[in-house]
Amino acid sequence: MTEGKRSINDLAEGLPSAFLPKLGLGLRKVLIQVVAIIFAFIVGAVALYVTGYSPKDAYSAMLRGAFGDVFGIGQTFTQATPITFTALAFLFAFKGGLFNIGAEGQFLIGAFASALAGISFNGLPPFIHIPLALLAGAVAGGIWGFIPAILKAKFGAHEVITTMMLSYVALYMTGYMVNYPFKAPGWVAQTVPIAPSARLPRILQPTQLSASIYVAVVLVVLTYYILRKTTFGYEIRATGLNPTAAENAGIDIKRGMILAMVVSGAMAGLGGSGEIMGVHRRFIEGFSPGYGWDGLAVALVGGLHPLGALLAAVLFGAFRSGGMVMTRVTGVPLDIVFLLQALVILFVAAPMLIRSILRRGGIRW
Amino acid sequence: MVDLLSVINVGLFAAALRMATPIAYASLGGIFSERVGIINIGLEGMMLTCAFTGVTASYYTGNPWLGVLAALLVGGLLGFFHAVLTVKFIGDQIVSGTGINIFALGFTAYMSQVIWGSRGASDSVKGLRAVSIPLLKDVPVIGRIIGTHTPLVYVMILATVLSYVVLFRTPLGLRIRAVGEHPTAAETAGIDVLRVKYICVTVSGMLAGLGGAFLSLGHLNLFAWGMTGGRGFIAMAAMIFGKWMPFGALGASLLFGFADALQMRLQALGLLPPQIILTIPYLLTVAVLAGVVGKATPPSDYKPYVKE
Repeated sequence: MTEGKRSINDLAEGLPSAFLPKLGLGLRKVLIQVVAIIFAFIVGAVALYVTGYSPKDAYSAMLRGAFGDVFGIGQTFTQATPITFTALAFLFAFKGGLFNIGAEGQFLIGAFASALAGISFNGLPPFIHIPLALLAGAVAGGIWGFIPAILKAKFGAHEVITTMMLSYVALYMTGYMVNYPFKAPGWVAQTVPIAPSARLPRILQPTQLSASIYVAVVLVVLTYYILRKTTFGYEIRATGLNPTAAENAGIDIKRGMILAMVVSGAMAGLGGSGEIMGVHRRFIEGFSPGYGWDGLAVALVGGLHPLGALLAAVLFGAFRSGGMVMTRVTGVPLDIVFLLQALVILFVAAPMLIRSILRRGGIRW
Repeated sequence: MVDLLSVINVGLFAAALRMATPIAYASLGGIFSERVGIINIGLEGMMLTCAFTGVTASYYTGNPWLGVLAALLVGGLLGFFHAVLTVKFIGDQIVSGTGINIFALGFTAYMSQVIWGSRGASDSVKGLRAVSIPLLKDVPVIGRIIGTHTPLVYVMILATVLSYVVLFRTPLGLRIRAVGEHPTAAETAGIDVLRVKYICVTVSGMLAGLGGAFLSLGHLNLFAWGMTGGRGFIAMAAMIFGKWMPFGALGASLLFGFADALQMRLQALGLLPPQIILTIPYLLTVAVLAGVVGKATPPSDYKPYVKE
């Protein structure tokens, strides 16, 4: 249970690099992702039908809720913002050969650090306070990513287990913070509001869409640039693809691994910052409906490409925002959305499965 | 201080054995899967789905043992599904397992709303009754720790012994281990590698299923949202700590079970905020993985096996 490196490589090759310039092959691979999503919806429809709901009503309510009007679109992008961050976090660590499935923990720790930075200073001008609070979130998330990385580099502790365990620790630790030392007066487990100077502006009233989405888009471009155009990114990718060869080429793979996780954690942390500074304006216990867990699915559906992650995040954001409308209108439990997400992951996990199903249906490629 | 010491008593050790049981089942499941070269990160989701299945079956039939049987079947089904994705279609093992985990959360939450109209918890159902082992229960101290439990606790100990015997004392066990260590050599020796993988990963799911059934039917007698609480991952840590050996994994599970039992008692004491105490089992898991294990050598390189 140490590396599993080989299977990671297989996955990287098996999965499409969506929207890469080289179309021909790329397009065919994008198609597999699309088919995976369609299959997931078909299986989901069966589940809805069997449990006594109308798949047609549920899906059309979901679609209308997510894209039917400006408000819906705004909410879709609001939901897409945090999962863009956590998807980039998963992607970045993955490129370095690591499975960071604990983005939720890094997300929460980053969120709390930003809340603290937002509360602690008063009278700072926004152009100082906002970067400061964002930085606090990135650093805190980075530290939470550093812990499993150093444990892996020094002792071989598998990151899949440690990042997961540290997510629980982060959940309870932040829970403690807002229930005891930083609890605002009143019944709710939350901090006091952050200073107005630390708020990210809302950009599409009356939806909760905030300027955090700009940060997300910048990060998408930056991730692409770092991974593709810098020596640092090259070292990360070399470490992930073939650690032995990378080491022979003189790359310090432990250092690469640790840095990949720190950057990954910082990205997830920034996602948390954006939620606190743009949407909630304070840390509320349980504010994250599991944005961190979405990261893995979004990154995979996005073909492990930063731009693909952004597109997939919009899809998953639509799941969430449309799902809420669906629940309100048709009474279908919101959890069908997570069932759909899991099905997408399972289909994406085995591209060969999709090819085999299509082949049986007479479609060849 | 007096308060603190008062939690350490016979009852604590009995609770530790109880809390170790689901972890021990799942870590045995992990051993069967990893011994044939398949990582089963989906243990968590398999346990959760089976905890739900057990309660549902008991709810509709009124018989908790049918619940256990249903959990066993569904666990096997999920294990088989993981095998199909990873063995036949050479899908990534971690992604498939994570998919199963997310599926389990979504599926159980969705279905518990369909059945009971509540996302948080199911109705109470008939659970497994504790039994006392004659003679054993009368032994001082020991009797009070291991003398009275639900049968699934004793089945867990039997399963551990049986797993050891099968894996290390039978020709079948030799084949299983050969498939994980040297699939090519195993195939040359006439072993149907893929078949052995299918069987063992299915057994892995069944064992995780028993762990899930114990959690819901042997413990709370209801299903609660996300009730596994990371125990599938803790079980993987126990498996690694126990060096992929059944008795080693049982020992490690007992340690984690003890931490869990201690955590609950400390909470009841109210000396520290519950959130702080709740982190104990997770921090212990991280510490064990980092510190004690050091250089644990896995029994396989987990590469997908493709027939020539």
